[in-house]
Amino acid sequence: MPESKKATIIVHSGGMDKVMSALIIGNGFLSINIPVTIFFTFWGLKALTKNGFKKLSLSKMNILGLGKVMIRAKMKKHNVASLEELAKSFKELGGKIIACTMTMELMGIKKEDLDQTLIDEYGTVGKYCIESKDAQITLFI
Amino acid sequence: MTASDVKENVILVDCINQNCPMPLVNTRATIMKSKKGDIIKVIGTHPQSFEEIPMALDAMGKKIIEKRQEGNKWYIVFEV
Repeated sequence: MPESKKATIIVHSGGMDKVMSALIIGNGFLSINIPVTIFFTFWGLKALTKNGFKKLSLSKMNILGLGKVMIRAKMKKHNVASLEELAKSFKELGGKIIACTMTMELMGIKKEDLDQTLIDEYGTVGKYCIESKDAQITLFI
Repeated sequence: MTASDVKENVILVDCINQNCPMPLVNTRATIMKSKKGDIIKVIGTHPQSFEEIPMALDAMGKKIIEKRQEGNKWYIVFEV
């Protein structure tokens, strides 16, 4: 059944929990046949660096890393998919990822620093706006 | 054993012990690889997915043939 809706998500936050929410929601939309584009910008762009998912802290209760260790242990116990698995399935289901070039300049991040297997395009806010103007759903995380 | 089990083209999706959103994601991934008329049977244990997957299938206009709970496992059979 052809689906005319589309969703865009901006990931501005760099917290592990927030990036995870974005990827779960992205997977959710794709699972009901709604195309999704995620635009990673500012702190969110750190998630796209090589091994970036592993380096993210929790946005709250990180407790110098202890909070993150605890939540990862809980995730493993409850068989919750990791960020890496969620990103992989996001791409496999046809999701699109755009990396913000302005953030790359500001933070001195080069293309070689990023995980190329995840990124479909590089773009500025204009790219996000053009994608979003025809989207029925847009989220800022 | 239901009528759908003896048809050809029954594709099994094993989501046992998988947690949200993977049962939904794997169901969708299997739909993408199948063709119209194929029958897909999803088996899982995550309670919320047993509610969520039929909702998603309805939203996509897929015909649900059967859904049942047996012990801690649930089965959802639908046509692509």
